Amino acid sequence: MNRLASRLPAIVEQHQKQIVDTWVQQQLESGTWRAGRLQETQLRDEAERFLELLSKTLKSGISFEPRSPQWADVREFLSELSRSRAAQGFSPTQVATFVFSLKQPLFALLRSFPDDAETVANTMWEATLLLDALGLYTTELYQLARESVISRQQEELIELSTPVVELWPGILALPLIGTLDSDRTQVVMETLLQRLVATGSSIAVIDITGVPTVDTLVAQHLLKTVAAAQLMGADCIISGIRPQIAQTIVHLGIDLSSVATKASLSDAFALALKRRGLSVTSAATQSAHRA
Amino acid sequence: MDRVPILRLGDCLLVTVQVDMHDQLAMTLQDDLTNKIVDTRARGVLIDISALEMVDSFIGRMLGNIAAMSRILDARTVVVGMQPAVAITLVELGLSLPGIRTALNVDAGLALLRTMLARSDFGGHAD
Amino acid sequence: MLIEPATLPVRSGEDVVRVRQTVRTVAMDLGFSLVEQTKVITAASELARNTLTYGGGGEVRIERLNEGPKRVGLRLTFEDRGPGIQNIELALTDGYTTGTGLGLGLNGARKLSHEFDIWSQPGVGTRVTITRWK
Repeated sequence: MNRLASRLPAIVEQHQKQIVDTWVQQQLESGTWRAGRLQETQLRDEAERFLELLSKTLKSGISFEPRSPQWADVREFLSELSRSRAAQGFSPTQVATFVFSLKQPLFALLRSFPDDAETVANTMWEATLLLDALGLYTTELYQLARESVISRQQEELIELSTPVVELWPGILALPLIGTLDSDRTQVVMETLLQRLVATGSSIAVIDITGVPTVDTLVAQHLLKTVAAAQLMGADCIISGIRPQIAQTIVHLGIDLSSVATKASLSDAFALALKRRGLSVTSAATQSAHRA
Repeated sequence: MDRVPILRLGDCLLVTVQVDMHDQLAMTLQDDLTNKIVDTRARGVLIDISALEMVDSFIGRMLGNIAAMSRILDARTVVVGMQPAVAITLVELGLSLPGIRTALNVDAGLALLRTMLARSDFGGHAD
Repeated sequence: MLIEPATLPVRSGEDVVRVRQTVRTVAMDLGFSLVEQTKVITAASELARNTLTYGGGGEVRIERLNEGPKRVGLRLTFEDRGPGIQNIELALTDGYTTGTGLGLGLNGARKLSHEFDIWSQPGVGTRVTITRWK
């Protein structure tokens, strides 16, 4: 494809207004148009801006490859268009159709020129490749946007499902429930450390009663979290280790000697209190002493 | 050239380490601190690293040196305010900062210093 | 879209600071989490200090990697024309209790990176490349 010899830039530039008029008219008449959701004035404005950018970029003549830097402005425009159309409830197909539908008025125009058949065919082919690539680009944008929404929701879910609670001033508890995967464990552990700093708590009880199995990766994350907490000046107690998990830990060769462990959360809490110089006494005993 | 500020809190010194220490600053800090410990007869040193976004082996060594130097001058050192991301990275690095006691914040650090000093004054050698 | 690699000098304490700040900015821009950023800046700091202290000064090349939607990363190449490392194997196996600053720094950077590559020739120089993926 010899870009320098292409008729496309000149044709687009010289007949911009005519192309926009035909294009807008065609879109208004088409079945995919939903009047009321999009004003005609807005449609016309978008069509004009797109043609303007298209013409400018084609004129610079360096490349017809929409992924190259010269096409950044056009891509930026399509990106904004996708966003605003999506917000207005249009599907990705409808947004892509906006671009694809430009072919019709363009081809009609090309056929009206007295060029030879080969030139017309070549120019149509260039336009097809270009507009197909741009149309597909808008669907990619849509996919990327959806993916980022999903991953953000996943993060929020993780945060919501593993709350860190304050058992007592200075003592935090992290009851882990369900199977832990590597990613979730990392996020949860980082949250615990942040909460230790935020609350100024010096002890965290990590309870794994609700965790059916622990694999090497998860155990490593647990141990790293304990080590990190210790580096920061806090301590961790792991509670709720069930017999099967104890066996797994030994079989995997994991060394828990640097961590305090307790069978139950309440034992762990008692230990935490003791470490902070506190104890729980019975009120009846107290009043008996006073008497 | 800027210097790291050293504040006096009773018989303790509070050092607030700012971000992005380079070698020269670290050397100057060690000099200033040892001098001040002697001048003020400080018994405790609190190093606040809450502004440090990163602790590498160099800074780890510097902290270790400060703790060791202070110890020789009969002062105890506690490092406070380590950020979680820094702690996680140190664990990954395998740096354990041996000989350095830590606490979550200045208050906890002061309380820890009191405990350490009380223990050492009454016969404990293991600090 | 590819952004050209940036090269920064590593010839002074201030340069080391600037390298950390630049790596931080690029890592943030690439969407690295806070912990990920901290790991890569710490690795960069180790290598930058090595370049300065043992390599007599040099430079670092910072490259963004984009090999697909889920394959985004950061590559740092530290290069100097210093004395080189006599025995790389030994330097890399130095334990933390006995290691010199050089070994500590190299090992540290290796532990914090997904990919680690080192080339060194005594009398010629040293080049260390680390990569961290998002």
